[in-house]
Amino acid sequence: MTVMDKPVSIDLDALYRESGIGAMLAEMDRELVGLTPVKTRIREVAALLLVEKARRSLGLKAEPPSLHMCFTGNPGTGKTTVALRMAGILHGLGYIRRDHVVSVTRDDLVGQYIGHTAPKTKEVLKRAMGGVLFIDEAYYLYRPENERDYGQEAIEILLQVMEDNRDDLVVILAGYKDRMDTFFKSNPGMASRIAHHVDFPDYEPDELLEIARLMVERMHYRFAPEAERAMGEYIGRRMAQPRFANARSIRNALDRARLRQANRLFEARERAVDADALLTIAEEDIRASRVFVQ
Amino acid sequence: MRLTQGQFSFLPDLTDGEITMQVQYALDQGWAVAVEFTRDPHPRNTYWTMWGNPMFDLRDAKGVMMEIDACRTANPDQYVKVLAFDSSEGFETVRMSYLVNRPADEPGFELVRAEGPGRRVDYTVRSHATARPEARHGA
Repeated sequence: MTVMDKPVSIDLDALYRESGIGAMLAEMDRELVGLTPVKTRIREVAALLLVEKARRSLGLKAEPPSLHMCFTGNPGTGKTTVALRMAGILHGLGYIRRDHVVSVTRDDLVGQYIGHTAPKTKEVLKRAMGGVLFIDEAYYLYRPENERDYGQEAIEILLQVMEDNRDDLVVILAGYKDRMDTFFKSNPGMASRIAHHVDFPDYEPDELLEIARLMVERMHYRFAPEAERAMGEYIGRRMAQPRFANARSIRNALDRARLRQANRLFEARERAVDADALLTIAEEDIRASRVFVQ
Repeated sequence: MRLTQGQFSFLPDLTDGEITMQVQYALDQGWAVAVEFTRDPHPRNTYWTMWGNPMFDLRDAKGVMMEIDACRTANPDQYVKVLAFDSSEGFETVRMSYLVNRPADEPGFELVRAEGPGRRVDYTVRSHATARPEARHGA
């Protein structure tokens, strides 16, 4: 009789190919512009999980790593988008069972009356089990000015689940950097349970132009060559203005440009339009924006 | 007397792992899973007490397992069953139903004979559980 030995070596590369993680990372590289520190961190997490998987198949002890994360950054830097990808990657590596993301804010977790919060939070946690729970603007959970605020109760339930159900749920908190820091300072329990803090940098002007190009493509439009130049100029001017929200501002600008394009075509409706005219965003659609007036 | 009601009831009691797989199957079909409990499992007792609302928007069995565990902990000496409701047109009914908890001591049923005029006999199945004083409270 022979005893089946555990394999003594393992092909990491084969494991890598099997998980389909390469394709996912490549897609992330292609579709997410810039964000180098974020991509680096995701790669690191992917490598960790892959090695963890290899260790397990060799029979080495592998405590599941804690993967709760915190995404900080200014508005429109892609926190939600990356969280959605993260679920795909973690699912591909077999760390979570489903690739769903349940996205919530304070309102979904905290109740209005005594005894209302716990069932509400548990309901959300039940729904998120097996996947990713994404809490946007997580610092609103904690209201220091009101000591009887029910947010604290939600935080305590969250902490417990983050600890006990580590292999069922990955929690991602997101929000502005400075406010998240204050939040962690007043909730040391939360800070110590989150292993990965990922900071999303603001985009550079050329990255924003690249994003604009991708967005236009995804909307099934295209820039006229002069329109693209105008867009570059628009980005420079818009960034100097208050309430600039990175990629979100670009999307809004493009939505308004589409509106102007439609209006322009409608005004000239006695002439027949071809597909090309319907597809193209012209320079004047961009230049009509108020940032060029000021 | 061991109660045999619903699916799998002639098999040994399901383990938690097996329950998870059954629940996951139901969720994958898009069925809503509910947990109910009772002290009186009379075959004609259709309405067991609901443990919370049916779970309509879950995708992973873990959430249901948390509720099952909570219900079993709160009612260790009662019957607990899991139902899967299919809301799609043409079904709109329960597609799965099985026990996930039974009391250590199962009271069982008795057959009551009532003699009527002309020595006619009416038969009734009565749960022993309903004769117990605590059965007057709760389910």
